[in-house]
Amino acid sequence: MKTLQHIGITLFLIGLGIFTVLPFVGTFKVDQTILDQVIADSSIKSDLLINDLQTQVAGNEFNGVHHLSGIVVTSLENANATHRKNKEYKKIVYVKGRDLAATIAKKSGSGFIAGNKGLMWFLTFGLGIIGALLFIVPQVVLLGPKGIKNDGIYHQSSTNRGWIAWLVFLFLVSFYLVLYFRPEYATNWTYLVDPISESLSGNPAGHWFVYGFMYCVVMTVMAVRMYIKYRHNVYQTVRTTSVLFFQIVFAFLIPEIMVRLQMPYYDFKNAFPLDYDFFFQWNLKSLLNSGGIGIFILFWGIILTLVIVPVMVYFFGKRWYCSWVCGCGGLAETLGDPYRQHSDKSLFAWKVERWLIHGVLLFALVMTGMTLYSFFSETGTVLGIKTQSVQNVYSLAIGSIFAGVIGTGFYPIFGNRVWCRFGCPLAAYLGFVQRFKSRFRITTNGGQCISCGNCSTYCEQGIDVRAYAQKGENIVRSSCVGCGICSAVCPRGVLKLENGPEEGRINPTEVLLGNDVDLMELVNKK
Amino acid sequence: MEHIIIIGNGISGVTLARHVRKLSDKKITIISAESDYFFSRTALMYVYMGHMKFKHTQPYEDWFWKKNRIELVKGYVEKVDPASKIIHLANNTTLSYDKLVIATGSKPNRFGWPGQDLPGVQGLYSKQDLETLEKNAPNNTVCQRAVIVGGGLIGIEMAEMLRSRKIPVTFLVREKSFWNGVLPKGESAMINQHILAHHIDLRLDTNLKEIIPDEQGRVKAVTTDKGETITCNVVGLTAGVTPNIDFLKGSGITLGKGVKVNRFLETSVPDVYAIGDCAEQHEAIDQRRPVEAVWYTGRMMGETLAQTLCGKRRAYNPGHWFNSAKFLDIEYQTYGWVFSERNKEDHEQHFHWRHPKENICITIAYHKETNRFLGINTFGIRMRHEIFDRWLNQNKEVDHVLTYLKDANFDPEFYTQYEDAIVAKYNAEHQKNIDPKKKSWKHIFSKA
Repeated sequence: MKTLQHIGITLFLIGLGIFTVLPFVGTFKVDQTILDQVIADSSIKSDLLINDLQTQVAGNEFNGVHHLSGIVVTSLENANATHRKNKEYKKIVYVKGRDLAATIAKKSGSGFIAGNKGLMWFLTFGLGIIGALLFIVPQVVLLGPKGIKNDGIYHQSSTNRGWIAWLVFLFLVSFYLVLYFRPEYATNWTYLVDPISESLSGNPAGHWFVYGFMYCVVMTVMAVRMYIKYRHNVYQTVRTTSVLFFQIVFAFLIPEIMVRLQMPYYDFKNAFPLDYDFFFQWNLKSLLNSGGIGIFILFWGIILTLVIVPVMVYFFGKRWYCSWVCGCGGLAETLGDPYRQHSDKSLFAWKVERWLIHGVLLFALVMTGMTLYSFFSETGTVLGIKTQSVQNVYSLAIGSIFAGVIGTGFYPIFGNRVWCRFGCPLAAYLGFVQRFKSRFRITTNGGQCISCGNCSTYCEQGIDVRAYAQKGENIVRSSCVGCGICSAVCPRGVLKLENGPEEGRINPTEVLLGNDVDLMELVNKK
Repeated sequence: MEHIIIIGNGISGVTLARHVRKLSDKKITIISAESDYFFSRTALMYVYMGHMKFKHTQPYEDWFWKKNRIELVKGYVEKVDPASKIIHLANNTTLSYDKLVIATGSKPNRFGWPGQDLPGVQGLYSKQDLETLEKNAPNNTVCQRAVIVGGGLIGIEMAEMLRSRKIPVTFLVREKSFWNGVLPKGESAMINQHILAHHIDLRLDTNLKEIIPDEQGRVKAVTTDKGETITCNVVGLTAGVTPNIDFLKGSGITLGKGVKVNRFLETSVPDVYAIGDCAEQHEAIDQRRPVEAVWYTGRMMGETLAQTLCGKRRAYNPGHWFNSAKFLDIEYQTYGWVFSERNKEDHEQHFHWRHPKENICITIAYHKETNRFLGINTFGIRMRHEIFDRWLNQNKEVDHVLTYLKDANFDPEFYTQYEDAIVAKYNAEHQKNIDPKKKSWKHIFSKA
């Protein structure tokens, strides 16, 4: 079994290694027709840029995308600078240099990688999946009888912020930086999944397709790990299945198939304000121009946020979304599970959490207000502030850096729910409902708590669960995503997630059940 | 301002301090030689097993004590002088008190076995014991086998700890079946099997005879009363605990096994009280033992004594007995009294149900003549404390308990439920026709 695991980890590392090298290798042969097509498709009017590209790019072969990218980015910047100086505003190119480079590269890939997509898929994704499963599946035997499997978590480098954790951190952060800010380097990755993308949407893959596909693969493999680790716990099994289903079907397959059917790309479960650009002008226009389905999506998106989300939170708590449906939550509960213990439980962290998450919600709402105002009044500014700039700041700072780079990249260091706890505006909204109007609570079982702290340690949301349990109080916190791990790791059967009557949901106690009845009444009276 | 000194920063002392602070502005000092801050003793095992770091066992952040004006003194109390209301610390300082509370807990039993003080022989109670174990048994190269002596809750925890580092463990248990002084035989038998399933070499009906040192004076083997010699590097002595009160000898405070207290937790000396593991009731409270070394009772005594110290003199009057534990992977809860065959009285009748394959079982105790429900032991099924407390208050009959058993289920959502199977077996054994009622929130939350 151990041998299988060693083979597995080796295969996995080989696959990961090849995947990591890909952005820096490959041959890109830009012939004249490709260039003309890209210039036409991107409606580039700058003669300076076109001239530069014709002389420096056309007919050339580049080894590694960075050479190509360097030329395109510099030429574009120079051209725009000149146009601005000469006030030739019509000639300014609004496509980003790196996106333009990515478009050119995507069409001009030649050589081994672009020519052997299936083989390359196997050498990266294939080896990664097989290797990971060979590592994970033997745990069925190695972990021994079913039960809580947290032995050694604080002894291992990978789960105790050791060097492996820092390497994973470095890899994840770099991966997200490439994805958001250096898309041209992802060109070789897109070739690997072209056949899959073409079979779904009919289009070749872009870097976001790579991300979506990878997301599903990682979640599936890590879900297998969840099934094995929590095989004694039906709640975890059902929840993992749910979150996996919604990722693969709703976030990945349906939007791709919709594109094939000439419909707008839309994830039906991604609710505003997590889906922060739902009301952006380009999205509204695209929906309004898509006929019946566009109007339906618009209607659905609004109903989802205003009615479905809060009503469901009333009956089931915010867990129905955050740990059963949401994609961010799905990754956190699968890939992120080994890191859940790193969330900070201090009172200070809770204070930071409340300021940050409600700040982001406010930001999202103000931005959306400005967006809608601009949309209906057809102006670009509100009170002298450009709506577009506010949107850009949100997209960059919150949408990319907070949710992606920090939210996932920092898993091995700050735990798996950094975004969900500190940043997600939808979570903030759901949290209000859960705290003030919901049937959901984690019930504390009378006086059975022994203050051991397993619940608090493994709470991914940084809730000091024990602080409530040891006082015999139910846990009713806006940040609780209902993952159910506190209940799972409790050695004394103290915690139960349940939906029940609102009356008595919040039950402050000082003297716990089991003591003198008169004393309990005297002290617990509030 | 009145000065309350509490010796011991365990659950009893800390609960007391918290409640006194809520009720009053008195000066509070907690003295401990063991640790800087309160930690949960029950969680020490998880530190060794790598589930937690030591700081995770501390229920309150470090700023909590200053904010609540609870002064913490790290030191060892050598002597108490009740006549002048002074205590002497090992570092030659003294502190004077107005009220003194002894909450010093327990220490592991040592029954005078030859070799019991050798290096490599240890108990598992304190933070220092944990640190010692980390040195004695860091892995299975340094510690190639450990022998654990004493088949109680700490013994099985220590076995689980060592197994988490793949250290071979031999577990010597004096009884013929694990913990059968407390558990009825069906349950005890299930735990025996579970211990073996975890590759722990369980030796029932076996006593330690002698611990043998090697040339360096470290433990190298033990011999048993079965004439066997077992080679080992560590010996865990887990044959129960005894009140940690040696420092009070000669102080004039009446001592028995523990510090003798009345129902108000007052000792024989005015203004000196004792709570928790180290307190010994003059007369046992209903079916409890005079010394109760249990987390929950320590906490309850703290809750009660705080009232007395703040001017509302109150007797310690615990409610219905409850307890819990975890035997490797099997969770155990108990509400009311279920006695083992060894200790139960004639009128106590048991109904036992066990899952055909899984490690799940329950035992319900009831009165043979009146059918009154006396208590329940549950393994692998979580049950609601409040519901059983209510049924015990209301003197419900066993049939009522079985009819509404679904209300008491506390397992996580989606878990398979066994109430129907349990009631079916009860019906078959008793020629009854009980129809289990569906779970009802109204029943669960009704206060009546």
